[in-house]
Amino acid sequence: MSWITKTLTSSIGRKIIMAATGLFLCTFLVVHLIGNLQLFKHDGGAAFNTYSHFMGTNPIIRTIEWGLVLGFGFHIYEAFALTRRNKAARGAQGYVSNHSEQNSEWTSRNMGILGTIILIFLLVHLYNFFWRARFAGDLPRMGGDNLETRDYDNLYMAVVSSFHHLWYVLLYVAAQISLGYHLWHGFRSGFQTLGLNHRKYTPLIKSVGYIFAVVVSAGFAAMPLYFYLFTNDQGELAANVPTFIHTVASAF
Amino acid sequence: MAGSNPNAKPMNLTLNVWRQPNRQAQGKIVEYHVKDISPDMSFLEMLDVLNEDLLHAGQDPVAFDHDCREGICGSCDLFINGRSHGPEKGTTTCQLHMRKFSDGDTITIEPWRATAFPVNKDLSVDRSAFDRIIQAGGYVSVNTGGAPDGNEIPIPKDISDRAFEAATCIGCGACVAACKNASAMLFVSAKVSQLALLPQGQVERKTRVENMVAQMDKEGFGACTNIGSCAAECPVGISLENIAILNREFLAAKAASNNLA
Amino acid sequence: MLLDSKIPEGPLAEKWEKHKFNVKLVNPANKRKYDVIVVGTGLAGGAAAASLAELGYNVKAFTYHDSPRRAHSIAAQGGINAAKNYQNDGDSVFRLFYDTIKGGDYRAREANVYRLAQVSVNIIDQCVAQGVPFAREYGGLLANRSFGGAQVSRTFYARGQTGQQLLLGAYSALSRQIAYGKVKMYTRSEMLDVVIIDGQARGIVTRNLVTGEIETHAAHAVVLATGGYGNVFYLSTNAKYCNVTAAWRAHKKGAFFANPCFTQIHPTCIPVSGDYQSKLTLMSESLRNDGRVWVPKTVEMAERVRKGQIKPQEIAEDDRDYFLERKYPAFGNLVPRDVASRNAKMMCDEGRGVGSTGLAVYLDFSEIIKRTGADAVSQKYGNLFAMYEKITDEDPYQMPMRIYPAVHYTMGGLWVDYNLQTTVPGLYATGECNFSDHGANRLGASALMQGLADGYFVIPYTIGDYLAQTPPKPVSTDHPAFAESKAYVQARTEQLLAIKGNRTPDQFHKALGHIMWEYCGMARTAEGLKYAKTEIQKLRQEFWSDVKVVGNGEEMNQALEKAGRVADFLELGELMVDDALNRNESCGGHFREEYQTPEGEALRDDENYAYVAAWEYQGDNQPEKLNKEELTFENVKLTQRSYK
Repeated sequence: MSWITKTLTSSIGRKIIMAATGLFLCTFLVVHLIGNLQLFKHDGGAAFNTYSHFMGTNPIIRTIEWGLVLGFGFHIYEAFALTRRNKAARGAQGYVSNHSEQNSEWTSRNMGILGTIILIFLLVHLYNFFWRARFAGDLPRMGGDNLETRDYDNLYMAVVSSFHHLWYVLLYVAAQISLGYHLWHGFRSGFQTLGLNHRKYTPLIKSVGYIFAVVVSAGFAAMPLYFYLFTNDQGELAANVPTFIHTVASAF
Repeated sequence: MAGSNPNAKPMNLTLNVWRQPNRQAQGKIVEYHVKDISPDMSFLEMLDVLNEDLLHAGQDPVAFDHDCREGICGSCDLFINGRSHGPEKGTTTCQLHMRKFSDGDTITIEPWRATAFPVNKDLSVDRSAFDRIIQAGGYVSVNTGGAPDGNEIPIPKDISDRAFEAATCIGCGACVAACKNASAMLFVSAKVSQLALLPQGQVERKTRVENMVAQMDKEGFGACTNIGSCAAECPVGISLENIAILNREFLAAKAASNNLA
Repeated sequence: MLLDSKIPEGPLAEKWEKHKFNVKLVNPANKRKYDVIVVGTGLAGGAAAASLAELGYNVKAFTYHDSPRRAHSIAAQGGINAAKNYQNDGDSVFRLFYDTIKGGDYRAREANVYRLAQVSVNIIDQCVAQGVPFAREYGGLLANRSFGGAQVSRTFYARGQTGQQLLLGAYSALSRQIAYGKVKMYTRSEMLDVVIIDGQARGIVTRNLVTGEIETHAAHAVVLATGGYGNVFYLSTNAKYCNVTAAWRAHKKGAFFANPCFTQIHPTCIPVSGDYQSKLTLMSESLRNDGRVWVPKTVEMAERVRKGQIKPQEIAEDDRDYFLERKYPAFGNLVPRDVASRNAKMMCDEGRGVGSTGLAVYLDFSEIIKRTGADAVSQKYGNLFAMYEKITDEDPYQMPMRIYPAVHYTMGGLWVDYNLQTTVPGLYATGECNFSDHGANRLGASALMQGLADGYFVIPYTIGDYLAQTPPKPVSTDHPAFAESKAYVQARTEQLLAIKGNRTPDQFHKALGHIMWEYCGMARTAEGLKYAKTEIQKLRQEFWSDVKVVGNGEEMNQALEKAGRVADFLELGELMVDDALNRNESCGGHFREEYQTPEGEALRDDENYAYVAAWEYQGDNQPEKLNKEELTFENVKLTQRSYK
C-alpha cells in the first residue's frame, strides 16, 4: 500500500474522509435548500422549474454533481467501514450494564441510525424526483406560452402531488428530523476531526453547527408540511388557511 | 468512628460482579451481598470487605487491579453501574466513596470491555496495548547525560501548563471503556499533544504521531466518532481538544513527512 | 565481616569525579555481551533500565504491575530538589548536601549525599529534555517552591503531581528502549528469589502473576529497585502492592539490611476514619508552605471540637495554638517531617487533638485564602484540595484540613557501598530499596532526587566497574542454583496453599501493622519494643499454621500474592524491632522516649551510635548478626539539630 491509501484507511484517515465529505455535503444542503425555497414562490412553479431545468442541464452543475455522488458514496462507505471496525473494537462480550446516556449526547452515539434513516429517505427521494426527471422522463411538461420554458419538466407539479401523500410527508419529516440530529453532532464533529479546533473559535463553530442543523432541517421539513397542510393539489394556497400564512408566503 | 458524617448509616448492598476464571474461559455475572458498609469507605475498601467474606467462606476472591488508591497510578479500572469508574465525575474507582450510593442499592461491576484489553481474570484486564502505543513513539529520544541546562529553552507558561494538563493522563483506560467504539484516541492524543506543544517534542513530531496512530490501529482500538464519553469519564479531565490536536498533527504529518511507507 | 563502603579517597567535592575516572569501563562493543536484570520500574528502576540499555547492555526489566508506568513513584506529589540556585537565594551543592545530612540527623554517609547533591542538577536537565512539564514562571523559566528542612527554594515541581511526571519521563525513556529491543520488559512478574552462583548474583526467580508460572532469568548482574517497606505497618501512604519481598529475599541470600528501624512518619496525611481503612493518603508537604498547623489551646476546647459542639473556624485566634510556629520560630510550619510529626503526636497525647478520634491536628488555609483569594490557592493546591474533599467529604476552602502523621517512607534498606552494590557481589540496590542517602530522616522532595540520581547517573557508571571484571560469557539458567531457587519458591507457594487455616492474609497484616505502629512507630521504648518482638514472633507462628489462601498457584491468585508478602513482613518486622532496640538514642525518625532533651527533642548519641547498623541474616528463626559501618563526618560538624 502506498502512504496515501495507508493514510486514508487508518482510523483517523477514515474519519477525515467522513468529516471532509460530511462538510462538503453540508454545502450541498445549503444550495439545495436555497434553490428549493422557490417552491414557496406563488408563480405556479415557473421559477422552481426554471431552476431545476438549469440544475439538470448546466454542464458545470452536472460536473459538480459527480462530486456530490462521490461525496455521498464515500460518506456512506466510510460510515459502514468505521462502524464495522468500531463494533469489532468493543468485542463480542459487551457490557451487561451501560449508561452512556450519562456521559454523552444521544445524537453523537446514534449517527449510524440517523444516517440510515436519511439514506432510506435519500433513495426514495432520488427515485421520486431525480430519477424521473433525469432518466425516466415521465414527468409532465410545463406548457404555457413561454417558448423557452414550455418544454421544461414540470417538477413543481410532481413535488406538489407527492406532498399530498401523507406517507410521503411523514417520511420526509422523519428524515429531516434525523438530518437535524445528524447535523447537530456532525457539523462540529467534522471540524473536530479535521483538527480545526481552537479555544477561541470552537465555541462559535459549535453554535453555528446547532443553528445550521435547526435551520436546514426545519427549512426542508417546512416544504412537505406547507404543501400538505395549506395548499390544494395545484399548489395554490387554500382559502381556509390562516392569513399569516398568506402573508409569509407572499413575502417570497 | 466515621470521619466526616457521624449520621451516615452503614449500608447493605447487592453486587453483580463479573466473574471469569481466566482469559479463555467464559464469564458471567454473579450476585453477592455485602453488609454494614460504611459510607466513608472507598469503593475498593467495599470490595476488600467482599473479598474477605469470600475468603472466609472458602471461595475465590474477586480479582481486580488497584495499587496507589490515591487516584494517580491508573491501576484501578472498574466499570460500575454502566460507567467508567462509576457515577462520580473526575474520579477514579479508588477515590469513589460509598457515600455516593444508598442502602439497598444494587451495583453492577464489570471489567473494561475492549478487544484490545482482554480479561486476565474477573475484573482485571490486560492494558499492555497502551504500553505498546507509547513504545511506538510516545517519548523524546534523548539519552541520559548531555542534556542542556533546564533553563536553556524558555517555554511560555501557558504552553507549559497545557502540556502539563495533557501529560496528567494516568493511562487507566477509562476512555476506551466508556467509548462506544472502544477508541483509544483520548489516550493517544494526550501524549501526542503534550509533546507537540513542547519545544523538546518538535524533532520527532511527525514520526511520533504517525507511528503512534499506526500502533493504535494495530492494537484493534476503534476510531473516534467525537462522542465525548471519553473526556466526560476521564478521571483527570483530559480534554477532547487533544483529539482535535491529534487529528491535526496526523494530517499535517502525513501530508508533509518524508516517510513514504 | 568488615563492611567496606568503598568511599573514594580525596576531598569531598572531588570524590565522584575521581571515582568516575577510576572505575573500569566496558568497551562499547562488549556491552552487548552483558545482561543486566533490573527489578522494579519506578524512578530508580525505570531510569536505570533505560540508561543501561542506552549504554548498550541487554536489560531485562521486571515489575509486578501491569505496566512500568504504575510504580509508586507516581504518587509523589510535592517535588524534586536540585541545587540549581535558579532563585539566587544562596543555594549550592554544598548547601543541599549540608541540609540533607543535617535533615537526616547525621546518620547518612557524607560521600553518597554529596554525590546526590552534585548530580541533582543533571536530573533536572535530563527531565526537561525528556519533555517533563515542570512548573514555569511567566518568563518561561523553571519555577521553584520551598520545602521543609530548607531555607532556600530549590524544589522543582509539576503542580501536585511531580512524581507522576518524572515517572512518566523515565517510563518514556524505558519505552523507547523496549521498542529498540534493548530492554525486554516483564510485567506482572514478581521477583521471589535471587540466584547466587559462586557468591555472585546471577539471576532471579519470578512468578508470573497471571499464569502463576515460576520463571528463572539469568544475567551478569542484578539491580534491585523495589522500593520501601512502609507497608509493614499495614496502614501507610505506600501503595497497596508495595512490599519488602524482593529486598527481603536478597537479604536472606546474603545482602545486609541496614537501619531497618529508620522509618519516616509523614506529618500531613488524612487521618484514619475507620477499621476498614486500607491505606492512608498523603497531603503534600508543600501545603505547609501556606497552611498553618494548630490545635485548640486547651483540652476543654479540644473536647468541644471532638464532640462537634463547636466548628474549628469558630474558634477565636486567641484560643488556637500554632504550636510549630510557637516552638520553632525560624522554620515555623516548615520544620522537617520527623519534628512536625512528633509534635502533632505530642499535641494529641496532651488531649488537644481534634476530629472524632482526637487523632488529628488542623492545617489551616484561611489566612492565605484571605490574603490571595481562593483562586490563587486553587491554582497551587487545587488537586490536593479536591482529593481531600473526595476522601473526607469536607471542603478545605471552608474549614481547616484535619491531618495526622502516617508512615510514608523507609530510610532503611539494603546496605550498599558507594557503588550501590550490596554485600552480595553483582547485586545492586537503588532508590528507596537501599539505605544510603537519607540517614535517619529524609527531607521532602529528596526521594525523587535519590531515585533518579541512582538510576540515571550513578548505577550506569558503577555497574560497569563490576561488569568489566566479569567475563562476558553467557550465564545460563541451566545451572543447578536456578533449579534450587525455583524449587524453594515453589515449595513456599505450596506451603502457603497447604495451610488452609482460618485467618486471611489481610488479618495477619493488620495485626502486624498494629504492633508495629504502637510499639515501633513514632515513639519507641525499650519495654514496648521487647513486647513487640514476642508479639511478632507469636503472630508469625500463627501465620504459618493458620493463614487461609484458596485456589492454586497456577492461576492469578491475589490472596496468595498477599500471603507471600505478609510472610516476609512478619520477618522484617522483628528485625525492625531488633534494630530499634539496639539503637539506644533518638535520631530523625527513630525516637526512643528514653532519649530526649528536656524540651522533648531527639537526643542523639554520636559517640556510640554514629554508625550504620547492617544486619546479617543467620538462618530461619535465628537472631541476626549486627555489623557496623562507622560514619565519619569530615565536612560537617555534628550538632544538635535545631530548627528554632
